Amino acid sequence: MTYDTVVIGAGVAGLTAALRLAEAGERVLVVANGVGSTHLAPATIDVLGFGPGRVESPAQALPAFTEANPDHPYARLSPDLVAASVEWLRARLPAIGYQGGLDENFLLPTAIGAVKPSALVPETMVAGDLRAGGRLVFVGLGLKDFYPAYLADNLAQAPLDGRVVSARSLEASPPVAGEADRSSVGFARLFEEPSFRDALVRELAGKLERDERVGFPAVLGLRRAGEVWRELEAGLGRPVFEVATLPPSLSGIRLYEAMSAALREAGGRIHVGEPVVGADTRAGRVEAVITQPTARATTYRARSFVLATGGFASGGLQVDSHGRMSEAVFDLPLAGPASLDGPRFLPDYFDEHPLNRVGVAVDDGLRPIGRDDRPVYENLHASGATLAGALPWREASGNGLSLATGYAAAAAILERAS
Amino acid sequence: MTELVRDSLDHCVKCTICETFCPYSQVTPLFPGPKYVGPQAERYRGSGASADASVDYCSGCGICTQVCPQGVKIAEINSQARAQLWEERGIPLRNQLIARPSVLGRLGTPIAPLANWALRNRPLRALADRLLGIHRDAPLPRFAGRTFQRWARGRPSSAAERSVVYFHACGTNYYEPGLGEMVVRVLEHNGFQVVVPPQDCCGLPLQSNGNFKAARAYVRRLVANLAPYARDGLPIVANSTSCGLMLKREAREILGVEDEDLRAVSEATYDLCEFLLLLHERGELRTDFQPLPLTVPYHAPCQQRGHGIGKPALDLLALIQDLQVIDLDVDCCGIAGTYGLKKEKYEISMAVGERLFTALRESGNDLAACDSETCRWQIEHGAGVHAVHPVELLHRAYGLGAAAGG
Repeated sequence: MTYDTVVIGAGVAGLTAALRLAEAGERVLVVANGVGSTHLAPATIDVLGFGPGRVESPAQALPAFTEANPDHPYARLSPDLVAASVEWLRARLPAIGYQGGLDENFLLPTAIGAVKPSALVPETMVAGDLRAGGRLVFVGLGLKDFYPAYLADNLAQAPLDGRVVSARSLEASPPVAGEADRSSVGFARLFEEPSFRDALVRELAGKLERDERVGFPAVLGLRRAGEVWRELEAGLGRPVFEVATLPPSLSGIRLYEAMSAALREAGGRIHVGEPVVGADTRAGRVEAVITQPTARATTYRARSFVLATGGFASGGLQVDSHGRMSEAVFDLPLAGPASLDGPRFLPDYFDEHPLNRVGVAVDDGLRPIGRDDRPVYENLHASGATLAGALPWREASGNGLSLATGYAAAAAILERAS
Repeated sequence: MTELVRDSLDHCVKCTICETFCPYSQVTPLFPGPKYVGPQAERYRGSGASADASVDYCSGCGICTQVCPQGVKIAEINSQARAQLWEERGIPLRNQLIARPSVLGRLGTPIAPLANWALRNRPLRALADRLLGIHRDAPLPRFAGRTFQRWARGRPSSAAERSVVYFHACGTNYYEPGLGEMVVRVLEHNGFQVVVPPQDCCGLPLQSNGNFKAARAYVRRLVANLAPYARDGLPIVANSTSCGLMLKREAREILGVEDEDLRAVSEATYDLCEFLLLLHERGELRTDFQPLPLTVPYHAPCQQRGHGIGKPALDLLALIQDLQVIDLDVDCCGIAGTYGLKKEKYEISMAVGERLFTALRESGNDLAACDSETCRWQIEHGAGVHAVHPVELLHRAYGLGAAAGG
């Protein structure tokens, strides 16, 4: 089959690139091993949270950050392009109702009561913003991995630069029949039933104090989350917000659903469950990628290709038992140490492991480059966690990087095509 | 458990992505989810007795395997675990009965009026519900009273420059021979001689009802019949997405059949829409379509997604002028072959299908398209709209005449 562009990977980076290209009228195929990071991470778009100190304004912090980190993927992008990607996503997905931008980071409480800076935040999470101070109550539902008392205690000790936040917790026992171990998806479905919401509102009515904002684990619905959230606010008569949970992440699932639906509407195609097993490359170009869903291989030809397969966790990058690292689809050259000679394990969880910054280095058009700094293939672009030089969990930059680099890969492809 | 499946098990990182997609665990607490009954429970199965019976509530739709980012063969693990469960406990009579469509077809066809009356007779269905456990409201297809095989024998395809083998499967043969006739005419219209070899069931219903031994015997017999054509370089096309998948993948990956005949047939087998779209890609599909001023919601069956071909019907139908196709993108209709026929699973099946039924009803059209026969019957039952295979729309747009009855 022949497309204008084939995108490999269905995370935020791949879906962003694909949606931008489909909007511009290209015939686009997304082909992916499986569903990825969206289902594990929250839908907040963290552009730059720590650099290394807490960042209040990503727009102001980015120039100094890229100057100090010249090998970081952000250093390949113009600040205008990063800003444009954020503005585009905010306007493009009304179902998520993104608020914010690059001027100021929100400060959101996490499920363990830590504080997370984030640039673009779903409307259902906005009232959790700690910059406003005030009184918060966190409601537990019996959902495993969400302990509101622990959250509230930790939050009381969190560094908030003198802002005063009071936090307490409350356990609710809404009517949950049958299942002892209901997952976050199960709760999301319950929240879409008016009777469940009504019962919860009745139970909480007398237990809330004046001026409190009410935090729930981020399970307030799947396909009708906006409606569920608005009705809870109306029912409780107070601002309501979601706190991102441990995986599976409902807010991330909503993001995947919204982006993939937009892509389909724009005429794009998505094949999930179809790993790319090889590529046809010649004379410095990628001609096709090959999958083998059944006994027979399938060849997808295209003018351009976007590699958005993720890092080590997603299998986009691999390391074998001898410590040899490789990029899984095109065997691209990797930036960073060639092999793992030092200790495999470091004593502290947040120690900087040599693997951390390994990835694909790219030029300003996000094309993977070799040791000679020249593009390996003239029509291959890379984006997202496959790229070298970022520490997303430390910088709080994960979805922001994926969004901006996916957006930039599409821009580079469209520029070449015109 | 086959090595292929066993090897994938250790790749599970318990991310629970499969559980967020499973359409069945979402509607019933009786099925705790694909990860739970699959990679997780497998640790307790070993060579001993099955830990519990909840794996029987897996429908085998295969969505878990498709979405898994780590390549774990979750649905395949669960199918094999279900077979082990029923091997230990003995397969109930009902599951033996409903899993043999070609036997039922041969019995029902000569007495079609009587059989169709009986299958729609309330007191008899109540009896079958009580005695056999086939739900009284479950959608059972209507015998056509004639077979596609007989039609094809009486009307051999005329010689052409290129040939294709048609694997029509049981649904077309006994229940929808008119569909088979349209497939033949569409292929002939595109310059093919259509070869219809004698063929029996592929064994898929036996596989999903846990009778691997009988399923293997059926599929081995079928591929032995089809392999000579494949070795001669003829493509084999199937309009039944699930039976086609059996040949392409499941016989090897689930039943563990490893033989030369199967390999040759697997490599030569195409889903009908996949085949036609590949023709178009090579510039070999006739596009002399008349406009069809219709709006048709489309449902891609789960088993078709297992082919790894995307939704070829969408691209094919886009070639027809004035035809608006709405991709519903809802996971599962709930029937999963024979799953929704079972008394204890009927309500689950209808609950799973509700999203699709609602989307169909809300679309306001009285016609829908779907590639799989059991899904079409479920759609008609659940949403009350007429459901056709996409090839029927192509047939109509080619102006090849009205659809034959049945």
